[in-house]
Amino acid sequence: MSLTRRHFLVLLPTAAIAWKFVEAGTPEAAPNYTMSEHWWGMLIDIPKCIGCGNCVRACRAENDVPDGYFRTWVERYHVTDTNMTNPEVISPDGGEKGFPTAEEDAGKYFFVPKLCNQCADSPCTQVCPVGATFVSPDGVVLVDQKYCLGCAYCVQACPYGCRYIHPEKKVADKCTLCYHRITKGQTTACAENCPTGARQLVDLKNPNDPIHAFLKTHSVQVLKPQMATGAKVYYNELDGSVR
Amino acid sequence: MRFFKDSGHLFRFAGLFVIAFLIFWGVRGFVVPQSFGKYGHYRAAAIDEIAAHSPHYAGHQACETCHTDVQDVKKAGKHAHLNCEACHGPQAQHAADPGSVTPVKPDTAVLCARCHAASAARPKSFPQVKVDEHAGGVPCQTCHQPHSPAIVDTPAATGGAK
Repeated sequence: MSLTRRHFLVLLPTAAIAWKFVEAGTPEAAPNYTMSEHWWGMLIDIPKCIGCGNCVRACRAENDVPDGYFRTWVERYHVTDTNMTNPEVISPDGGEKGFPTAEEDAGKYFFVPKLCNQCADSPCTQVCPVGATFVSPDGVVLVDQKYCLGCAYCVQACPYGCRYIHPEKKVADKCTLCYHRITKGQTTACAENCPTGARQLVDLKNPNDPIHAFLKTHSVQVLKPQMATGAKVYYNELDGSVR
Repeated sequence: MRFFKDSGHLFRFAGLFVIAFLIFWGVRGFVVPQSFGKYGHYRAAAIDEIAAHSPHYAGHQACETCHTDVQDVKKAGKHAHLNCEACHGPQAQHAADPGSVTPVKPDTAVLCARCHAASAARPKSFPQVKVDEHAGGVPCQTCHQPHSPAIVDTPAATGGAK
């Protein structure tokens, strides 16, 4: 068949539209997940934490965290009545094997689970010289381990001590907020395995997330607010002695 | 035209620049991944690579599709809000292939004490026991059904010391 000029002019815009689809490529790996609809964070309810270490063990199992390294850990604070500014803080094996029994004593005890604060203005991503770590469009700080050189600038830049160099891969590693789970509609491994609900995944862009009602009625803080990191791990009833 | 008389070397030099730039552009296109810069100064494809990891914990929804009997026992008791894998460990392999992967039964002597061993550091309202005084070495599940641990059948059996 011969292509007349009329036919050619009809086909031209059709081909242009088809080419747009070719350029767009294959759809995302998680087809029901749209990054722009989420802004992830976590709520930690201090009075609910019993220091069992389930979150630390779950994180290790879920993410194959090497022994002696932690993406999350639990600290136990002991604040005495006469020395409020110098709490005794312990975290034996990151709380993974539990804590030694605390005898009835003066002052107060409480547990503080820690993890990457998923900062919106994260100091760690700003120092990366090769663009290997970044805040994803849905608010999770991730490491591109194929790009990372292992220079460890980010490890020293994190004010919360949440990063480490993986001993075998020799690249930066950290909490991904179980990105492979939350994009599939599951919660994080630590929140899934917390027996008291002290850790909860929150989606700040979801208007139906109970976090919005919770934040209105509770005294909630982030760690090191003076550093303006835009931390998104919210601590309920956090004691002032936690630094 | 006297002005351009000896300008040949300038054009040759400019030509070198153009060639060098084209080589740079070609190499750059080859070396820099296509998705770099899509959302910011990083490789956007890394996001999908991280999202593609497979979970080790199946999630309680997966357990509840088959183990409805346990679910019924659990939701009446104090452990209603506990997710299955909090005690039973990561079971994604079992969920994917229930026939050949059998979960190991947890040891209650270790498991229960992790949460319920008495410690002044734990919140006062949380149920705690001094493990050795409470049971004297008897396994927890002798008296307590772990999925619904309160002892309701025999009110006289108030158990060991708190």
